[in-house]
Amino acid sequence: MTRFRGTGRRLPAVIGVAVVATVLAACSSGGGSSSSSSASGSTVKKNLTVYYIPKDTQNPYEVLADKGGQTALQELGGKVVVSSGTADTAAAQIPSIQAAIQAHAAAIVVAGNDPSALCPSLQQAQAAGVKVVAFDSDVTCPNHLFINQADTKEIGTSEVDLLVKQMGTDSGEIAILSAAASATNQNAWIAAMKEQIKAKYPNLKLDTIVYGNDDPATSLTVLQGLLSAYPNLKGIISPTTVGISTAAQYFSTHKDVAKRITLTGLGLPSQMKSYVKDGTVKGFELWNPSDLGYLAGYAAANLASGTTALKDGATFKAGKLGSYTIKGDSGAFSVVLGPPTVFDKSNIDQFNF
Amino acid sequence: MSETATTPAASRPAATPPAGPSYTGVDTSRQPVWRGLLRWEAALVVVLIAVLVFGSVESDTFLSSTTFFFTGLNMGEIAIMALPLLLIVMIGEIDLSVASMLGLAGAVMGTLYEHGTPIALAMLAALVVGAAGGSLMGLLVARTGLPSIAVTIGGLTLFRGIAEIILPNPTAKTFPTGLANLGVLPIPGTQLAWSAGCFIVLAIVTAIVLHATPLGRSLIAIGLQPEAAEFSGIRVKRITFWLYVLSGVVCAFAGILFTLKNSSASYGAGSGLELTVVAIVLFGGVSIFGGRGTVLGVVLSVLIVGALQQALTQIQVPAEVQNIITGALLLISVVVPNAADTVSRLRARARRTSAEPARA
Repeated sequence: MTRFRGTGRRLPAVIGVAVVATVLAACSSGGGSSSSSSASGSTVKKNLTVYYIPKDTQNPYEVLADKGGQTALQELGGKVVVSSGTADTAAAQIPSIQAAIQAHAAAIVVAGNDPSALCPSLQQAQAAGVKVVAFDSDVTCPNHLFINQADTKEIGTSEVDLLVKQMGTDSGEIAILSAAASATNQNAWIAAMKEQIKAKYPNLKLDTIVYGNDDPATSLTVLQGLLSAYPNLKGIISPTTVGISTAAQYFSTHKDVAKRITLTGLGLPSQMKSYVKDGTVKGFELWNPSDLGYLAGYAAANLASGTTALKDGATFKAGKLGSYTIKGDSGAFSVVLGPPTVFDKSNIDQFNF
Repeated sequence: MSETATTPAASRPAATPPAGPSYTGVDTSRQPVWRGLLRWEAALVVVLIAVLVFGSVESDTFLSSTTFFFTGLNMGEIAIMALPLLLIVMIGEIDLSVASMLGLAGAVMGTLYEHGTPIALAMLAALVVGAAGGSLMGLLVARTGLPSIAVTIGGLTLFRGIAEIILPNPTAKTFPTGLANLGVLPIPGTQLAWSAGCFIVLAIVTAIVLHATPLGRSLIAIGLQPEAAEFSGIRVKRITFWLYVLSGVVCAFAGILFTLKNSSASYGAGSGLELTVVAIVLFGGVSIFGGRGTVLGVVLSVLIVGALQQALTQIQVPAEVQNIITGALLLISVVVPNAADTVSRLRARARRTSAEPARA
């Protein structure tokens, strides 16, 4: 009787351990990273490891940027490790920052899910000698370089101008379908949009901003809420590739809505091609995210090698993109990739990202 | 009649409680409850050692004080939230609003501080909000008898929504330096993160209460047989209510630590963590049916999950795969102990039917 009991209780423990061990074994992969040496010179060091920490590992825009970074580091003889969480939160990115510190990475290239929540961890990284570069979504921590995809103000103003041009009128109600409410880039662009509306289009009314958290399901839900709460809506700006593609998909199956409301924003040509071709969306903006990641990679490698520094006016070469100048002061340094491009029927076939 | 009565009595050991599962499905008849628990905790120790070995083999930076510090930093608030949840699951209820209360408390503290309130008052306000939220949950579960899973899912959404209204954008005002260093520096002289240190203190208190006080025994009693507990004089409703208030206050405290660690408050703080907390509690050997569980199990579970996360991130296992592993752990922790109970229940039934013919 006791023997029955014993095996009955011991067995689950053994099974549990065996299962966990099997799962662990199945999921283990080779690790290993290399670190940079301490001497600096006039050329970029080889064998640098740069950790790319995107907002999450699924965002298509950031996946392209990460690939650009991999190209850049490959050209320089180094390598990129992409690490992040699956939820768009700062808490999901912190373990990746810690892994970069542990691996003695040369630099971290991060797209912040929160402007300041990552700062304590990034501070620890900087104390350990890891250079910090931010891209896509900035952080407020001192002594890092921000790779701005386009001038923040210019993104906001050009988005509003584009919507007004497509609507054919500068009066009416509009709304914004954004990503996460804490995303630095979104809030900066939205602030610029609000200023532009106030300055140039007094008859344009911004009804509300809804947040889809860069999740297609959430974006769809908040979009539907938006449409039912504001029946007189004339235009929607969605400055996030997930938001605009979700909205475009909804519009293409609800033609009555598409007729009434003009949709624009920031989108990926590959995702939006069919919607532009069939007229659901007249046009949208973006820049090449792969170039963004590429530039970030070169910037990170140059900072880590000491061939450039966080100083106003410092320059560095970014491979096929040419030479860039760092601008900024007192801890806030940035580099701008270039002006946004408008994609519409006339040019969308030329791009396959 | 008496002859036939004594024969079966002689063939059975004296004063055996009736065989078979109790009301909650946990078979406590054959041996003391603690002996069964100790087996699960022993298995957890083995798993922890396996994780440590795995981590040190796959990553050469795993066995270091930095990893230890990072584990404490990442798991501190989650572990703190697991302690009241352990007590709540012990009495057969659940609380899924834990992470949302963390976010709400952080949002309250952040908003007040940003608008000029002294930090101490802002923290106190956060704790009061925690107590208020916990009271609401406790009222609905204990007084009106609604199922706790439904009530606390409502709480989860409600608290997050209120947090979003209070604090639509993350705070920018820096916290006082001493407090802001919570996220950067360990407790002086050690490599223990502050939140991990708080967890250890709270864990000791919880262990004393649960395993060495009458209150702790009454929690186990409520979990195993709520009706019998009620009739034996244990104030089930009152205890349930106050456990939820405790959960609210402790989660608010975790929210304060979380906000200080991140040096900024945002309404989305901790979203999704409730599932990790539940997974940790269940993986720690606490029965989902109530009445069984130890603080040691929860502590080991926290260590395993934390060390595993560090190891997997260091060897660059993608986040999606890590989610799968956490999910698998949760399933194992629920299926395996109950599979053992089902198996032993079937065996007990087989034993009883073979003993039947001895009765007159």
